Amino acid sequence: MKVPVEMTINGRSYCGEVEPRQLLVHFIREEAGLTGTKVGCDTSQCGSCTVRLDGIGVKSCTALTVQADGSSITTIEGLSDGVELHPLQEAFWNKHGLQCGFCTPGMILAAAELLRTNPSPTRDEIRHGLEGNICRCTGYQNIVLAVEEAAGKMGGS
Amino acid sequence: MTMRVFGSGIRRREDPRLITGRASYTDDIKLQGMAHAAILRSPYAHARIRSVDTSGVEGQPGVLAVFTGEDTDGVLNGIPCAWLIPESDLKTPDHPAIAKDRVRYVGDAVAVVVAESRYEAEDALERIEVDYEPLEVVVSPREAAQDGAPQIHDDVPNNVAFTWALAGGDTDEAFSNADVTVGDTIMLQRLIANAMEPRSAIAQWVGPTGDLTLWSTSQNPHIARFLTSVVTGVPEHKVRVIAPEVGGGFGSKIPYYPDEAVTAFCSMKLGIPVKWTETRSEDYQITTQGRDHVEEVEMAATSDGKITGLRTTVYAGLGAYLSTASPGIPTILHGLMYSGPYDIPNISGTIYGVFNNGAPVDAYRGAGRPEATMLIERLVDLLAAKLDVDPVEVRRKNFIPAFEDGHDVATGITYDSGDYNATLDICLDAADYASLRARQADARKEGRHVGIGVGTYVEICGLGPSQVAGAVGFQGGLWESAIVRFHPTGKVNVMVGSSPHGQGEETTFAQIVAGEVGVDVDDVEVIHGDTDITPMGWGTYGSRTTAVSGAAVAVATRKIKEKSKALAAHLLEAAAEDIEYEGGRFFVRGSPDQHKTIQDIALMANVAWDMPEGMEPGLEASAFYDPPNFTYPFGAHLAVVEVDAQTGHVELQQYYAVDDCGVQINPMIVEGQVHGGVVQGAGPALWEGAVYDDDGQLLTGSMLDYALPRADLLPEIEVLSNTTPSPHHPLGVKGIGEAGTIASTAAVYNAVMDALRPLGVSGVDMPLTPEKVWRAINQSQNGG
Repeated sequence: MKVPVEMTINGRSYCGEVEPRQLLVHFIREEAGLTGTKVGCDTSQCGSCTVRLDGIGVKSCTALTVQADGSSITTIEGLSDGVELHPLQEAFWNKHGLQCGFCTPGMILAAAELLRTNPSPTRDEIRHGLEGNICRCTGYQNIVLAVEEAAGKMGGS
Repeated sequence: MTMRVFGSGIRRREDPRLITGRASYTDDIKLQGMAHAAILRSPYAHARIRSVDTSGVEGQPGVLAVFTGEDTDGVLNGIPCAWLIPESDLKTPDHPAIAKDRVRYVGDAVAVVVAESRYEAEDALERIEVDYEPLEVVVSPREAAQDGAPQIHDDVPNNVAFTWALAGGDTDEAFSNADVTVGDTIMLQRLIANAMEPRSAIAQWVGPTGDLTLWSTSQNPHIARFLTSVVTGVPEHKVRVIAPEVGGGFGSKIPYYPDEAVTAFCSMKLGIPVKWTETRSEDYQITTQGRDHVEEVEMAATSDGKITGLRTTVYAGLGAYLSTASPGIPTILHGLMYSGPYDIPNISGTIYGVFNNGAPVDAYRGAGRPEATMLIERLVDLLAAKLDVDPVEVRRKNFIPAFEDGHDVATGITYDSGDYNATLDICLDAADYASLRARQADARKEGRHVGIGVGTYVEICGLGPSQVAGAVGFQGGLWESAIVRFHPTGKVNVMVGSSPHGQGEETTFAQIVAGEVGVDVDDVEVIHGDTDITPMGWGTYGSRTTAVSGAAVAVATRKIKEKSKALAAHLLEAAAEDIEYEGGRFFVRGSPDQHKTIQDIALMANVAWDMPEGMEPGLEASAFYDPPNFTYPFGAHLAVVEVDAQTGHVELQQYYAVDDCGVQINPMIVEGQVHGGVVQGAGPALWEGAVYDDDGQLLTGSMLDYALPRADLLPEIEVLSNTTPSPHHPLGVKGIGEAGTIASTAAVYNAVMDALRPLGVSGVDMPLTPEKVWRAINQSQNGG
């Protein structure tokens, strides 16, 4: 049995017929072809699949495609046009907040969610705010500095 | 043009594609007509396979094929081991890509299904019936080596794959004459690398031409090509391996795995592209793990703290099969490093490489050196405690004095350069060691348990001279090659055989070229990871990429410079010896206005309208760099912890890392490597560990169960450095990829033991979880 779904991803409309069990991350990657969103685990621990769903950061491996029917999603590809970077992207670059880059899309989206709810986090709040995302390369230190820099540029203090 | 690029912490050139989601990792690649493979894995750690019934799979939705060990037997060769250490009676039992008669660890492949989608392939796996006859299991490497232990391979008595011995000086005499001795049994638990990108492979076989292309999450695509050829029988020149963006490896993407071979097999059978990507849970079961040492160690010393001898017996778990490099890790990369930064005249060790019923063990960040550093630094702290002196003083008393060009140690190797007191001084100053000790004393008066731990180390990297590689049984060379190609517009492509996957060499190699011939760093594009377009290289591991591959880039660029000088002389109508170079310009000595830029030269060389007699057109050079020696980075780390005696909880409060990796090309990247390395070493001290139960079931089988370091568990790490150039390296570089991991496990462990000493606790096995620490305190305080 397949179910029709329709959603907007990064401003474009996508529709398809999917199995009810399909994970949202697989729709984003396989059907929409937006592979910037990553699958790093199978237990909702790593956060590499984080996207923005109707304005709120969610782990797209923890939602079914059918649950996202009718929603509007932003992935890393839609966070900026790729030329003019989002302040978080710029800050991750400036502060060397990434190495292999695999966790980075999810980390940036999770950081965006953190700054949405707390525009001026302390370093400690950043560390706690990102505890749902795992990075194996950076030891998190430069990620914290990047989020701090971006918060400053985005109007937080 | 004179901006100093070499040595600057410039932003990375690889980042724009990574921060915008435009990078393509293997699993992001979708080929026309591609099918998906899923592999059925043994739920038993050791069992005989009575039968495999795949009839239930036939006709299932989307299913294209199912294969078992019967199908691959005789078609795929066994998965090879590529480090055949000499003088060790090494046994290399067969490792079939798909098990046919017997499985030896949870995760051993039993069958593969190819279907139109991943979901359909995984559905079909559930319809395969396998009749297993469970066999006895052994997990501990020490127990596996005892008489009567379950036999994992029939032709390997007592599961001992090899016995490797090391002897320098006269250790027996050192111990019989010792004023004091200290000893311990150190358990270095199995670790799971957890590269954030799960492993993946896509195989595309083109039957009519006999070409096999393999996209693979590999740290060393050229080795993968060679081994793919060995296993599949496709000639090496018809195999192309592409390691696209690779999301971390830490050693776990060095080995050649059964999965890549099975994926290739499926594509060759079906004539269509096939993708296989592991789930994270699969990764935990099958991707090579690290460490798994049981180390019985002792140290001899004089009463005033001079170390006179070190003796070890090590049981190194290898898992169920030999992996690509596994015999070399606990021997060459471990035993030879037993002297650490110390002058220890007598050193001996016996290392048993032992099969056990777990995932194969191979290189994991530091690979052998964290295991060596841990035992040395643990013993030094035990010696200090026994003599009741500051552990820093024991280190100072035994450090090899500073040297610039070569120092022999008792294990038979020659360190290149070192200044161990300097890094320790910088570390203690940064941490304000005296104040820390005062703070600790105050805390103890309040009944709080603060601990300070030091970890000093020397590591071997920049692997390595190929002649030595051959002598120690590595089935390959360890040189690297590079091609530097100037285009007519003065822009540059650099092709390297190494394959960085997060370490940033697209940036540092551009900085090398920019530093040598004065081009803008943005005018250099570094290409790697495709065996069809890059020259031969042995890969990215062992902190060797900048040290060895970077040297090849430097040497090739210097050849460009020499040719440019000669062409400039011709164009400026001067003698070559009168041409000087500065900041991208070649000019006649004394007349800087009479010059040609490197861009002028690139154009003239490429159009070749006016070349000197005998000079070939083009501006391109290649270099093959075979290092004359290894490099030996070193450093001193310090950790401060506080233990809550009521709960056993350890808080890592402060961390100082001082590393000397020789000349730094990009200090920002160096610092990032240290951050990540320190956390990967602190993890096993406090949280991380792969746990198999007595039946060989992996209890830590997902990220839910395996305690990876998270942002909120860590303090800010203060990173400092010193620079002692490698005397034999063209750039003075040593390598930094593994340093943090090598030092930090010992520093954090020693800090916790320092905190617990007043409570009468002298040793606890890692990881130092609240439960274990609490039990140790309770046992000590209440006598059990």
